[in-house]
Amino acid sequence: MAGTETTRAAEPDLAGLEAGLDALDSVPERRTPVRQVLLGKVLPPVAAGALVLAVWKLLVLAGVTDDYKLPDPSAVWHSLRELWLNGTLLDIVWTSVSRGLLGFLAALALGTPLGLLVARVPVVRAALGPILSGLQSLPSVAWVPAAVIWLGITDAAMYAVILLGAVPSIANGLVSGIDQVPPLYLRAGRTMGATGARGARHVLLPAALPGYIAGLKQGWAFSWRSLMAAELIASSPDLGLGLGQYLENARTDSDMPGVLLGILLILFVGIAIDLMVFSPLERRVLRTRGLR
Amino acid sequence: MTPALTTRTPGETVVDDGVPVAVRIDHVHKSFGRAGADRPVLEDITLDVRPGEFVCLLGASGCGKSTLLNLIAGLDRPGAGSIEVPGGRPALMFQEHALFPWLTAGRNIELALRLRGVPRAERRTEAERLLDLVRLGGSYGKRVHELSGGMRQRVALARALAQDSRVLLMDEPFAALDAITRDVLHHELTRIWSETSLSVLFVTHNVREAVRLGQRVVLLSSRPGRVVREWEVDIPQPRRIEDAAVAELSVEITEELRGEIRRHGRH
Repeated sequence: MAGTETTRAAEPDLAGLEAGLDALDSVPERRTPVRQVLLGKVLPPVAAGALVLAVWKLLVLAGVTDDYKLPDPSAVWHSLRELWLNGTLLDIVWTSVSRGLLGFLAALALGTPLGLLVARVPVVRAALGPILSGLQSLPSVAWVPAAVIWLGITDAAMYAVILLGAVPSIANGLVSGIDQVPPLYLRAGRTMGATGARGARHVLLPAALPGYIAGLKQGWAFSWRSLMAAELIASSPDLGLGLGQYLENARTDSDMPGVLLGILLILFVGIAIDLMVFSPLERRVLRTRGLR
Repeated sequence: MTPALTTRTPGETVVDDGVPVAVRIDHVHKSFGRAGADRPVLEDITLDVRPGEFVCLLGASGCGKSTLLNLIAGLDRPGAGSIEVPGGRPALMFQEHALFPWLTAGRNIELALRLRGVPRAERRTEAERLLDLVRLGGSYGKRVHELSGGMRQRVALARALAQDSRVLLMDEPFAALDAITRDVLHHELTRIWSETSLSVLFVTHNVREAVRLGQRVVLLSSRPGRVVREWEVDIPQPRRIEDAAVAELSVEITEELRGEIRRHGRH
């Protein structure tokens, strides 16, 4: 191979050419300025909220219906102030949120290995795959009567309903995440010696992460919905006052401002958790991969 | 099959008949479908790659080039015949870069090092060295999507080199690149190959590319893939794709390749 010795001097400008190509072809990372974020992302939802409030106020002023059916927005604000002033607001919210998060974590611990099994073991997939997909379309409220008969009106019944709602979402998210991993990554991994458990750890799971996180997001939404349904139907003084019970109490008292406040608080908590936990997580994962 | 043997670094190679090889493909058949019911993809392929040799496999669509590389890489098994790679698992580079987007350029290389068993303390330095080798020093922390197509293939090359295999299999790695970038990468690959004792088996459907790079060009027929003919390329490196000698041999090989393709139009 004496004839193939490379004389670098033959192409002295190659490094320069290469540097030029690299500079021309690279995609520079762009950061959006804060002002633009405020204008583009924050302003529109705030405006939409204000619009809803304005329409509500107009309907009240126009007197479309009785006062006890559609109270003035200020009456709802009063209920909120009252809850805050007598110090129960945070307790109520925390009772539900802590239940919801604890239930979600349990669903995470069960749903993840279940999803892995379904995705990787064909027999398990054939047996459980359709059931898991079916369970996703079953509203978890349907489990409340069964849970109450089995477990009584207890915290255990609440958690059972959360699990039945959230575990299928999380497991299915992981399954579809794994199914969408490009086969090329697996081939590349195998040629580097990433097979079996090492392949799962270094290639399969990281590649499936975006689908998994989408599943977690949906799992949280299902946890929160299931919990509210359970608290609303199976409310008991022994359980401590959560948002669902607060809403149910307001209904029995025919306290419409309280009912509306309950609904708004449930909505607010659901959105807040998503915005504080899941959306940033998802954004981060997608951004590092250049998917967003 | 081959004239006088020239060896750079023999290494630990099989010498069962006195000839050291990096890859030995011996009467390999491969067909897909139940019990090989379909027409074979590969038929009676016999080919040796010598240690340190650069061989280009050339063929039109359907010649089973990728199937053959998968067999050599151990991702699939031949229906009959045998494949030996005495130096251990070969590295494989694809047309798509196949870098993992959740890792930075440097971490992609470190993963290959880690899977090879390189201790943690040495990985960073080694990854930086490999990035320097493909002239991407300073790109350690870059994300895959921040790199251009040519840079991605260079990181992919560095990752393949990180496996420290004796054999590098390349499956049309530059086919998706523009001409200027491809030209630069041809030069880089030749340089890196001449600085190491690597044996390269390079699959392409681009005749000029094959002649530009290879010491030997092997033409495969299509459906089924068989070795039709091979050429020793005596043009000294560094070659350029515009060289008259490269063009001349390319014309000859292209004629042969066209003949092969025409055969399929007749029945």
